[in-house]
Amino acid sequence: MYAIQIEGLTKKYRDVTAVDALSLRVEQGELFSLLGVNGAGKTTTIKMLSCLTDPDEGDAFLLGKSIRREPAAVKELIAVSPQETAVASGLSVRENLELICGVHGFGKEKRNAKIRELTELLGLDGVIGKKAGKLSGGWQRRLSIAMALISEPKILFLDEPTLGLDVIARSELWDLIRSLKGRVTVILTTHYMEEAEALSDRIAIMKDGKLLTCDTPARIKEETGEESIEKAFIQIVRGADK
Amino acid sequence: MRMMTFAKRNFKEIVRDPLNLSFLFGFPVVLLLLLSAIQANIPVSLFEIAHLSPGVAVFGLAFLTLFSATLIAKDRQSSLMQRLYTTPMTPVDFILGYTLPLIPVALAEGMACYFFAVLLGLEIHVNILLSLLLLLPVALLYIGIGLLCGSVLNDKQVGGICGALLTNLSAWLSGIWFDLELVGGAFLKVANLLPFVHAVEMQRAAIAGNFADIFPHLWWVLGYAVAILIAAVALFLRQMKQ
Repeated sequence: MYAIQIEGLTKKYRDVTAVDALSLRVEQGELFSLLGVNGAGKTTTIKMLSCLTDPDEGDAFLLGKSIRREPAAVKELIAVSPQETAVASGLSVRENLELICGVHGFGKEKRNAKIRELTELLGLDGVIGKKAGKLSGGWQRRLSIAMALISEPKILFLDEPTLGLDVIARSELWDLIRSLKGRVTVILTTHYMEEAEALSDRIAIMKDGKLLTCDTPARIKEETGEESIEKAFIQIVRGADK
Repeated sequence: MRMMTFAKRNFKEIVRDPLNLSFLFGFPVVLLLLLSAIQANIPVSLFEIAHLSPGVAVFGLAFLTLFSATLIAKDRQSSLMQRLYTTPMTPVDFILGYTLPLIPVALAEGMACYFFAVLLGLEIHVNILLSLLLLLPVALLYIGIGLLCGSVLNDKQVGGICGALLTNLSAWLSGIWFDLELVGGAFLKVANLLPFVHAVEMQRAAIAGNFADIFPHLWWVLGYAVAILIAAVALFLRQMKQ
């Protein structure tokens, strides 16, 4: 069974087609990147896959569950780490993690075990009692990702996870995302091409709601004859304009 | 469990804001002290403690609207809401989670108000308990207005409409600070068509032990509270879909 199977997914906003008959498949445990310029349809695709927006046409199946007919079942499988840090600023780091454990219905023992595990994994021990709103951007981003991981998702959507982070914080988050490979299916959207190249098993490039290509970083570079994904991306996107 | 976890978070966010607490508890107490001092020097029947304290208890609840609307508007604008929408939380969890934590806050406000009123000469009587009970429909009315405004306005608009406009409407059209009969005409008719004066009169009747006089006013308050809560739930669900 595929982690994600998208069949002709379409979303229109009045006369603009944000996502146009998108079809693709993502294997379980794969780290899959969605790339595209602004307005390419990446965020709309993720919103549909995470049941935040209803598609106009088509359907997608997450581990066999339809986003149209079984949104509650889909929500049990996924977690989303939005582009902006999605934390409750008036709560402490621990309370934020407890909030997510609570909304996923974890009992006390499981909750405490998951909080211990995630604070250790993301190095949050030193700030566990601090208010989330008082943390730096990097720490808030870590907390945001911890909140996404704590629900033990089978599929994790990471929207621009390293946006605005310094080099060290970004490198540490890359290591964390790599460590998820094989265990969790990760869908990553990013504007950093080197990030997609370093982390992804496969990359999909979108423009104007359409899928232009979907392959491994190595094959995309090979087919375009470019040395880097950034150059290959520019060539593919510009080629679609002609 | 999901709803209770979310309600707990909302309660913490509200009571941890010192500005919220000062408005909710400090402002009514200052009003009681100030108007009782005026009453001591220039006796006016309107400002006798048994007449004044029910009005101040109701007026203090107007700030519940500001708190709930601000919290919801801020949540809507932040990515935290997007994250929570992708969890198994249901619309009922969200609506009760925003409403229930404000009930104990409302009761605490009423208790503080009547405690200081007793210090200022209000007779200790079982009617105070009835008044506290009758603060509940008033609290639901103000929480409902907050839920409604928070579902359609941003946090800046909420500050203006719920902070300035609503508190002024509650003050001017409730008969707390002056006798509406003295103004008469259209002003009196409009005031009688709105729930604020009925909330105050209901409280005054309860404190005075005139139980028969509670009823026309209780129906007005309950009618408005139910209608506004239904509208608020509909608008909240609509913005959730968007």
